[in-house]
Amino acid sequence: MAERKVRILVAKPGLDGHDRGAKVVARALRDAGFEVIYTGLHQTPDQIVATAVQEDVDVIGLSILSGTQMIVFPRILELLRQHGAGHITVIGGGTFLPKEMRELKAMGVAELWGVDSSIQEIVDWIRRRFATS
Amino acid sequence: MFDPKKLEAIRRGLKAWEEKELSAFVARRPERRRAFSTLSGREIRRLYTAADLEDFDYAERLGYPGQYPFTRGPYPTMYRAQPWTMRQIAGFGTARATNERFKFLIAQGQTGLSVDFDMPTLMGYDSDDPRAAGEVGREGVAVDTLADMEDLFDGVDLAAISVSMTINPTAWILLAMYVALAEKRRIPKDKLSGTIQNDIIKEFTAQKEWIYPVKPSLRIVRDSIIYSVQHLPHYNPVNISGYHIREAGSTAVQEAAFTLAAGIAYVEEVRKTGLEVDVFAPRLSFYFISHSDFFEEVAKFRAARRVWAKIMKERFGAKKPESMRLRFHCQTAGSSLTAVQPLNNVARTAYQAMAAVLGGCQSLHTNGMDEALAIPSEEAMKLALRTQQILLEETGVAHSIDPLGGSYLVEALTDHTEKEIWDYLERIDRMGGTVAALERNFFQQEIADAAYAYQVAKERGEKIVVGVNQFREPEPEEPGIPLHSVDPRTEQLQKERLARVKRERDSARVAKLLNELREVARTDENLMPVTVECVKAHATLGEIVNALKDVFGLYREPIVF
Repeated sequence: MAERKVRILVAKPGLDGHDRGAKVVARALRDAGFEVIYTGLHQTPDQIVATAVQEDVDVIGLSILSGTQMIVFPRILELLRQHGAGHITVIGGGTFLPKEMRELKAMGVAELWGVDSSIQEIVDWIRRRFATS
Repeated sequence: MFDPKKLEAIRRGLKAWEEKELSAFVARRPERRRAFSTLSGREIRRLYTAADLEDFDYAERLGYPGQYPFTRGPYPTMYRAQPWTMRQIAGFGTARATNERFKFLIAQGQTGLSVDFDMPTLMGYDSDDPRAAGEVGREGVAVDTLADMEDLFDGVDLAAISVSMTINPTAWILLAMYVALAEKRRIPKDKLSGTIQNDIIKEFTAQKEWIYPVKPSLRIVRDSIIYSVQHLPHYNPVNISGYHIREAGSTAVQEAAFTLAAGIAYVEEVRKTGLEVDVFAPRLSFYFISHSDFFEEVAKFRAARRVWAKIMKERFGAKKPESMRLRFHCQTAGSSLTAVQPLNNVARTAYQAMAAVLGGCQSLHTNGMDEALAIPSEEAMKLALRTQQILLEETGVAHSIDPLGGSYLVEALTDHTEKEIWDYLERIDRMGGTVAALERNFFQQEIADAAYAYQVAKERGEKIVVGVNQFREPEPEEPGIPLHSVDPRTEQLQKERLARVKRERDSARVAKLLNELREVARTDENLMPVTVECVKAHATLGEIVNALKDVFGLYREPIVF
């Protein structure tokens, strides 16, 4: 049987339109062989989780440059649990302070990357996480 | 311009130098890289000479400052008479909080104001809308009603200082509030100066703040331009912007070309109403980025001025020089700033600011060193402003006009940039014009492709970012500089203020005016006068936006990556 590709939802929550990071990462993940769905802009947490569940994704990647990370990530994690989808890996990229990253990881966000990160780091991390041994 | 015999001698000399001197030297000591290129990927050769400017005609390519084709600058004296406006943008929390920052910046010697609005205001949601939750006052100031506008400019003399407002799909409402505020304070409208961004085309292509579909969105821009030209003779009703196109990942040429393409679309839109181009074109203004690659940027500014002058003269038949001269605001590149080693951003911003000034900008915002981490702190903004003051007062770069004019490299780069801008404009025309190209996602795809190519080059180490892919340091636990923090009470305070305004106003009158607004929207009449009446009656921004959603519908973005 052909191996199922890792399915990733790249999402832009909130009203912010800075989508360069989300699009570059989405394209890099697609080029790396993952199956990528990009939500487009202006998504509410409810919309993002509904799409994730409907599309049966393995990973949600949130791009946040609007300073709302301490509101959006906890809300997404909570909604995923409510939908019985707590197994979905939640990761994110954007402008985060080191302290916020520590707190978000303690809440259950699997990994976070700042604005200077390389896309290769993100690709490698996902490959390691879903490596079939 | 050059004597053909002397040019020939230069060519021979160059060849001899390459064969005798250079090749042996390079064999002994190879250059650092095989090829050198600009940030946008244009190859830069080792040496430029007069031989690169073979057909160079001084009068045709450069002319004199304040004269066609304005390559050397839009005004005859440039900074010798009028230094660029030092215009640091500010906006966070409530209108009162931002008003305090304005007063601080004015006290530090800032010469113009610039307002950043929060996401809900930009997108047309009131602070009490569920979609606004968590975003009120976070990335800019929250403005729901005229009462907030009054707080925002409390104690600021609007007849004496120019104000720029970074706002787009809701720009016409903020302009209406500004006019209403001036009327209330009895400031004659011809005393108001400033700029409203109001550039919806680059929202669809790059910044992605939109509400209505393309055509009604353009009509709103058209109406505000016409209203402004008729009532506010010293106000710039649109600031046609390349900044966001570049920040979204475009090249320098794309930034200039797509911005000028938007300018063409606005001119066409207003001309359709029968207004003569020379009546409104002098009030069009522009906004570009000043990025990290020094000479590429200087050449871009010079080329953009030359192309716009030709467009206005030859394509639109403008007669007045003021219609042909491109004036622009400039901001250093936010995306060039790094979260690691944030003090490095001070040096980056200073070089970028110098490129803006050598490129002839009319006003400038220098970014705070902390902007890859948070909204800038007061200290970071002061240092950024001081960077401009040092540039003007200490370095001497503003003494002479267009001091890089005549540099072989800069003139060659200016010519190449101009040619490539024309190539894009011709492609866009072949697609049926700017709006047709926009509807085919042409700009969006070009920008996404360039952004990805840049990222790949950076990852391969072809593009160096100091502190990130070279000269890395172990990351400290904390950034090591003081950061601005969001006041957690903002959202609640703003909601309470909005509720109070709604309680105290005449709601029947608001409903009646909103109905009138819908009626006007269904015709082709100008939306501005009725909008001014709406805001005076304290209709909220969200109510006005929603009234027109009933008539215009919503834009849906095609997803391109």
